[in-house]
Amino acid sequence: MSRRARLALKAGVWGACLMPLGWLLYRFATDDLTANPISFVTNTLGDWTLRILLASLAMTPLRIVLGLAWPIALRRLLGLFAFFYVCLHFSVWIVLDFFFDWPRMGEDIVKRPYITLGMLGLLSLLPLAVTSTSGWIKRLGARTWTRLHRLAYLAGVLGCFHFLWLAKVGRTDQYWHAAVLALLLGVRLVHAAVRFARKRRRAASTVPA
Amino acid sequence: MLIRRAPRFTSSDVTDETLYWSRREWIAGATAALALLPSEATAVVPPGPPLQAARNEELSLREPPTKFEAATTYNNFYEFGVNKDDPSRLGHTLRPRPWTIHVDGLVHKPKTFDVDELIHLHPLEERVYGLRCVEAWSMVIPWIGFPLAALLRRVEPTGQAKYVEFTTLVDPSQFPAQRPGFFGFSSLDWPYVEGLRLDEAVHPLTLLTVGMYGQVLPNQNGAPLRVVVPWKYGFKSAKSIVRIRLVADQPKTAWNKAAPQEYGFYSNVNPQVSHPRWSQATERRIGEFRRRPTLMFNGYADQVAHLYAGMDLRKSY
Repeated sequence: MSRRARLALKAGVWGACLMPLGWLLYRFATDDLTANPISFVTNTLGDWTLRILLASLAMTPLRIVLGLAWPIALRRLLGLFAFFYVCLHFSVWIVLDFFFDWPRMGEDIVKRPYITLGMLGLLSLLPLAVTSTSGWIKRLGARTWTRLHRLAYLAGVLGCFHFLWLAKVGRTDQYWHAAVLALLLGVRLVHAAVRFARKRRRAASTVPA
Repeated sequence: MLIRRAPRFTSSDVTDETLYWSRREWIAGATAALALLPSEATAVVPPGPPLQAARNEELSLREPPTKFEAATTYNNFYEFGVNKDDPSRLGHTLRPRPWTIHVDGLVHKPKTFDVDELIHLHPLEERVYGLRCVEAWSMVIPWIGFPLAALLRRVEPTGQAKYVEFTTLVDPSQFPAQRPGFFGFSSLDWPYVEGLRLDEAVHPLTLLTVGMYGQVLPNQNGAPLRVVVPWKYGFKSAKSIVRIRLVADQPKTAWNKAAPQEYGFYSNVNPQVSHPRWSQATERRIGEFRRRPTLMFNGYADQVAHLYAGMDLRKSY
């Protein structure tokens, strides 16, 4: 893929990932954030955190299934946008929802499992955001860095359970998100199993008779 | 940061609808012109026919009512859908006239009423009540109706009657979310059934409601007839009622069946008893920025606490 095509692709991802925020700002400007703006903004930011995180986790399966190389170039950008949205989501919770009522927030983090999971999800994304630069890949070594960045799977699982746990009986969108995550992890699992089997077969065939 | 203090309300925010409608029209026009988010333009609630009733000052809160727009666009009414804006978007599919209500069960004089006949059984009054949703938000709403006790007296409950069961209409042609979804999925088990103990049902605060904000009850708020039980979480106040039945056993209520560990039969507003997944200690009053503390029995403890004397409210949640 040419440099120019790659740039255009990245610009497209930037534009797409900023759209939910733009949409919220537009609704803020037109006084259209529903009767319960804080709840609406929190939920919208949470929804998009999870969707963008799932999009970043979809890049490797796309390469596996379609044999394309370019999705990998977008993985870091998507991951950082997921981190950006989770920071907004968390800030709204602290500032607008609880207005720095630290004891009450602390109590909720400990007592409410869905908030505990959400917090853990946020914390698992933090080292990934910090070590997202090329400098850090060198410093850690590609192998360690890759291992560390498997935390993204954990963040996806925690994010989905956070959503499953908080959703009211009768809703369905939480199941769709979880189903997408299961599919994405399933592709990797099958891929890993196939690779493992192939390796063993190769190893077996090289053993002298 | 998008921090903005909510403005304090004055009574003109509630009554002066001319201004409000012209603003909505402008927004609708501008939105349509830009061809942006066309669904927003249709989310407008038409003002209903007026319904006048003298305010019962003694049983009314001294707090400013929630904006009419908020009270009619931010609703939980799962027959229309699970989203807050579904009831106002889809409310037009409900046909609240003609409408009959069966009042029967363990009574000496069962009777079927036309809703317009039932409205005239007893003088209507306006009462400004707090509405506390189990989801930890709240509103202040000027309802219009009369005490449910006045209706129940008329049908003469028998000695065996211990509970009152309310049943909401089942009709998928009027309530879109009653049609089965993907894989036959349904959010709740229809019909929506709610219930009260008989002493709760005849308590003077329990209001059989046919209007709000000086209007006939809008569809998304439970037209043509609902109950309002202000010391309980909102879902206990059944909407669009077609049947009121007096029974001997505790009714199997909709949310209790869906998630028994989360929604008990009593569901009295209680800041000390958490929902299993969130705290009920505070609430967000719609239109306000900061959370405020939730009051025991939603502030009606003086009037209703005696109904639960000797009961463990942690067990009977």
